[in-house]
Amino acid sequence: MTRLAVSAPGEKMAAVQDGGSEPEGEKEPQPELPSDGSSAPAATPASKPEEQQQQQQQTLLAVLQFLKRNKLIESVDALRREAGLADEPDEAPGSEAGGGVGGAAAGSADSADASALLSRVAGAAQSGAASAPAKGGEDQPDVSVVLSAYSQQGDPSLYQVYYSGLKKFIESVLDCHRAELSQLFYPLFVHMYLELVYNNHESEAKAFFEKFSGDQECYYQDDLRVLSGLTKKEHMKGNETLLDFRTSKFVLRISRDSYQLLKRHLQERQNNQIWNIIQEHLYIDIFDGMPRSKSQIDSMSGSLAGEARREANKAKVFYGLLKEPEIEVPLDDEDEEAENEEGKPKKKKPKKDSMGSKSKKQDPNAPQQNRIPLPELKDSDKLDKIMYMKEATKRIRLGPETLPSICFYTFLNVYQGLTAVDFTDDSSLIAGGFADSTVRVWSVTPKKLRKVKSAADLSLIDKESDDVLERIMDEKTASESKILYGHSGPVYGVSFSPDRNYLLSSSEDGTVRLWSLQTFTCLVAYKGHNYPVWDTQFSPYGYYFVSGGHDRVARLWATDHYQPLRMFAGHLGDITCTRFHPNSNYVATGSADRTIRLWDVLNGHCVRVFTGHKGPIHSLAFSPNGKYLASGSTDGRVLLWDLGHGLMIGELKGHTDTVYALKFSRDGEILASGSMDNTVRLWDAFKAFDDVETDDFTAATGHIHLPDNSQELLLGTYLTKATPVIHLHFTRRNLLLAAGSYNSQ
Amino acid sequence: AQTSRGSREERRFAEVPRESIKLMAESAGVELGDDVAAMLAEDVCYRLREATQNSSQFMRHAKRRKLTVEDFNRALRWSNTETICGYGAQDALPFRPLKEGELFFVEDREVNLVELALATNIPKGCAETMVRVHVSYLDGKGNLEPQGTVPSAVQSLSDDLLKYYQQITRAILGEDPHLMKVALLDLQSNSKIAALLPYFVYVISGVKSVSHDLDQLNRLLHMVKSLVQNPYLYLGSYVRSLVSSVMYCILEPLAASINPLNDHWTLRDYAALLLSHIFWTHGDLVSGLYHQILLSLQKVLSDPVRPLCSHYGAVVGLHALGWKAVERVLYPHLPAYWANLQAVLDDYSVSNAQVKADGHKVYGAILVAVERLLKMKAVSLSASAEGGAAALQGSVGGMMGFRESSPGLSPPPEPLSEPPLGIASHLQAGGAGCQWEEWTPVSLPDMYCELYSFFGDSLAVRFSTGPALGGAPSATPIQSSDTRKEPGSGAANLESTRKMPQLTANMNISPRQDGSPRTEPAPPSLATAPGRLGGAPKRKKGGQSRDIFPKARFPPPQVGPPAFSFLIGGRQMGRRCQGRRFQTSFTPTPSLTSLPPRAYAHKLPVIGRVSKPVRRWTCSHYSLYLPL
Repeated sequence: MTRLAVSAPGEKMAAVQDGGSEPEGEKEPQPELPSDGSSAPAATPASKPEEQQQQQQQTLLAVLQFLKRNKLIESVDALRREAGLADEPDEAPGSEAGGGVGGAAAGSADSADASALLSRVAGAAQSGAASAPAKGGEDQPDVSVVLSAYSQQGDPSLYQVYYSGLKKFIESVLDCHRAELSQLFYPLFVHMYLELVYNNHESEAKAFFEKFSGDQECYYQDDLRVLSGLTKKEHMKGNETLLDFRTSKFVLRISRDSYQLLKRHLQERQNNQIWNIIQEHLYIDIFDGMPRSKSQIDSMSGSLAGEARREANKAKVFYGLLKEPEIEVPLDDEDEEAENEEGKPKKKKPKKDSMGSKSKKQDPNAPQQNRIPLPELKDSDKLDKIMYMKEATKRIRLGPETLPSICFYTFLNVYQGLTAVDFTDDSSLIAGGFADSTVRVWSVTPKKLRKVKSAADLSLIDKESDDVLERIMDEKTASESKILYGHSGPVYGVSFSPDRNYLLSSSEDGTVRLWSLQTFTCLVAYKGHNYPVWDTQFSPYGYYFVSGGHDRVARLWATDHYQPLRMFAGHLGDITCTRFHPNSNYVATGSADRTIRLWDVLNGHCVRVFTGHKGPIHSLAFSPNGKYLASGSTDGRVLLWDLGHGLMIGELKGHTDTVYALKFSRDGEILASGSMDNTVRLWDAFKAFDDVETDDFTAATGHIHLPDNSQELLLGTYLTKATPVIHLHFTRRNLLLAAGSYNSQ
Repeated sequence: AQTSRGSREERRFAEVPRESIKLMAESAGVELGDDVAAMLAEDVCYRLREATQNSSQFMRHAKRRKLTVEDFNRALRWSNTETICGYGAQDALPFRPLKEGELFFVEDREVNLVELALATNIPKGCAETMVRVHVSYLDGKGNLEPQGTVPSAVQSLSDDLLKYYQQITRAILGEDPHLMKVALLDLQSNSKIAALLPYFVYVISGVKSVSHDLDQLNRLLHMVKSLVQNPYLYLGSYVRSLVSSVMYCILEPLAASINPLNDHWTLRDYAALLLSHIFWTHGDLVSGLYHQILLSLQKVLSDPVRPLCSHYGAVVGLHALGWKAVERVLYPHLPAYWANLQAVLDDYSVSNAQVKADGHKVYGAILVAVERLLKMKAVSLSASAEGGAAALQGSVGGMMGFRESSPGLSPPPEPLSEPPLGIASHLQAGGAGCQWEEWTPVSLPDMYCELYSFFGDSLAVRFSTGPALGGAPSATPIQSSDTRKEPGSGAANLESTRKMPQLTANMNISPRQDGSPRTEPAPPSLATAPGRLGGAPKRKKGGQSRDIFPKARFPPPQVGPPAFSFLIGGRQMGRRCQGRRFQTSFTPTPSLTSLPPRAYAHKLPVIGRVSKPVRRWTCSHYSLYLPL
């Protein structure tokens, strides 16, 4: 079916060796997925700060210690060998070490602690560390390594003086610098507080917190609440938020002028305490040019680890769409219909161009057609494509004047709690994931759901007959809905395969299950996350799927492999939602750390980090042309991102509660958003993207002025009957379907 | 678990004090020092906060706003902590303080498992989870009002509708009878007032506030009728509200009925007719309505504390709902009820006169109801004997003018389950004590005998002469053969009743087909046969009336004596009393109230149907003929 040559890693030893041989694999012209399931840690920038390397060494030592304790001698040797290589100045790319480590991680995936620890190490090797939930005493050495950075100590009573001195200074500087320097408050406050706590100055810490916590930006409230609960050194162990804060440097973007101002002030005052913290725990990204305004800063800040570094968004992203395969309908296959259909695709071609999906000539922004191996189309897929094109001719062109009609599918009598919904692309089936561990599938059309007959019955069927596909179905099992049992925890994500033969579901029980919609049975349970899996989605071309969960690692799977092909590590919080790019070459993940990351499926690199949301991100949607991404979060805002330039280009304010559903219309003209506040809102996506002119992008600083035009872009607000909107879907003819469960309570 | 809010400082979270920790340790058999307990307490607080923090993500991913115990348990489970059991219930747990100290605890009632296991009220299975299309917006246009909530005010209606609403209500409730008629007619035929339906229903539900004003009650009932007859209106669940208002008029001891001069009887009759009309035309809109109505009627009937006018309402209500309702509810109740009624009727004291008059009303209503019961039962028997008699039944029904009573339209078969709750106050909500009694069909002859024992000759069932069978020649022989089977005395009486012209109490509840309000003193009765009227002096008899019929609620007759009252006279035979005379009085209608009250009570004309030469009938010579 495909040319994928992916072999599951067997033992740890083998995995490590695979990792070692990875570079050769990548050099080969034939695109082949590396088989070791290596994760994100790849080519780190050569200009790595000194102390980071030291830290990397420290963590590597911790890993070695751990491996030794678990009698994984070969792994120790291998790692030591590679670590030794890694010590050579920049000769060996970090990916090697990371690859080896990642391989080990995949190999010993069943040991939660090990993988958690290792993935953190891997993350540290990159830049933003991934600290998976570290629990128990197993990772004690690592935690102490991490926290020991706080052991240096100033006079606890002077902390307040230091902080208020800085505060006074920042308040006295010129307005244009004040906004930029104010960014320092929050990270400094947190680190000073943690230092006090770590050194057992409980009362000083409390006083410090009470005095200055009110000064912090309101969108840090949630973090401050966690922080305020923490008053003892013992609490810091095992607190993930703290580890995140320590392991990742808080990134600030400050103009050179402002930075000079700050530096001069601190040197004059001999304020070493603060200077040390800035040196060690903050990463100040200095740019030349005009200082940013308060609103510009506010729009980008809010994430757990500050803004994204500029170089994090510099990689090229091939956001264009893949060329659609030419579909030839064999004449002998279908007699009269074939003639119709043969004509149709030809006619459609110009139309499709106008829709933005370049089918004739290669889009310059599109990835190589075979950049990642994709499954070949089956006959049934071709038929479906033809159906799709037929439907597309009847599609309504939407715009501000012609808004879509909306149908709301209400789930009734959902005592067990509806947690996830998905529609098939042709809108014929609807699947619901429920908190009682069940998955239910309904047929939205009059066509009932039928199972395939049992093996014994199947053997009686005349396989030569024309209607064999009809004959294999068991008419007795026809019903409007089917229930799939198998999970042992709430089902948080469901996704149909594009060919409607499979359904994926991810659950709190740590598994992702693949169900057959022919037999309505479970085919595979993909284990690997070990923690709740919050979301999963099929690739638009099928075969691959992505999942992400509480362990902060997104995984790429292929349906015929029981182990992941890629692990995307880097988020500092749970991965709450996962989406495939329309060209299947990228995966976007939204996280509770309030960032969105875009990952390259080919090499596992993180190619984009978007910050700006002030709450966990619960919905993502790519525009149909692949250029843009929309994201919705618990704060009720929807942000629009340009993937090519890696910039925020729009902010849609209006919802008053978590945005759980986002969807672009088939032509990308309209963005629909559904929320917990019981409304569906329609936005003029065309205008939103049009208003932002590319001039903004050319500015080297990459700062843009966001027009505050939410009200102009909002085309309509539609209320449901006291029903939160969980899912949105545009049919092939641009009818908007929404779904949610009615809860009378 | 004992938790107390830290009183010291302005802490923002709940704290577990060290005393609690010590207590818990003791219960586990461990002695703790103060400092250890303090350390532990602090750590416990922190862990609790941490778990709470972690639990919120389960809530967010379940797309809920409410944090549940289940969420918290999941957080505990993922941090390798034992989960807490027994708090998974949906309803809030009562959290109580202890008076003696600052102790708070969750009330934990003991559950009797045996009782629970053997309980008969096993909850039915939950309805199936399903997906339905509910809200649709076409081309992005649609109702932008909050859906699912009733429009908050009249202001949200269009100006025209608002004006219409004001005009109509003003006209109907106003003084001008002509205007009222026009308004009612329009209400009956206007096709564009669907949006106003809730408001009209609301106005009608105001019956409770005007129970002193018969006129207004009447007008409101007419409004009900107009709404019900409007073919363009879909009443939906508003049927309940309407039925509740109508039932109020039928059953309640209205303030207006305190004054005997008020003809609340007519109102009740009219309301009963309306009820049957609503039920037969819109009963399918609300499931279980029929049985809810029956239950509430039955409850009133079996409640001896209720005044007689309520009983009267219950009887006419049953009558209006059709003979099957009478058979099912009234007939089995009759023996018990009869004793009470008889006690009232037998009390000839002056103070009881008013109550007694009311008693006769009830008596007459019962008589009419059981008469029709017998008649219709006979018809249905004959019809079923004939086989394909559906058409016949229809014609019978049509001829009788009781569309609702024809067997072909008998109530839709509904399971005799408990009615769903949540209905307006006047629909019986399936409370204890008014469960359906065992009901077994009684054969016609047995029923006749039983009834005859109560009513004696006044029970006139005109099998052959009644209009009911005029068009059904084939039915006659069967019926007669049916009745022939009855015991001798009954049969003899039956024979005699056939010959007798009669005036029954039909006038009480004679259904006026047009349904328009009539204020004539004597409504046209179905049976227009000339009757004999006997003026009978009231006999005083020192009978005791039972307290349960609260005569005290009615003013003594001297206060406001009726100018006229018509009585139906008859004789009661049978096992309970021998040859007791009975009479039913009719109070005059309001049109006559202008007459000065006069002490006519002793010269009241009695409308009597004296059955055939009765043995020991002494008062027959007092009877007067009164051509109707």
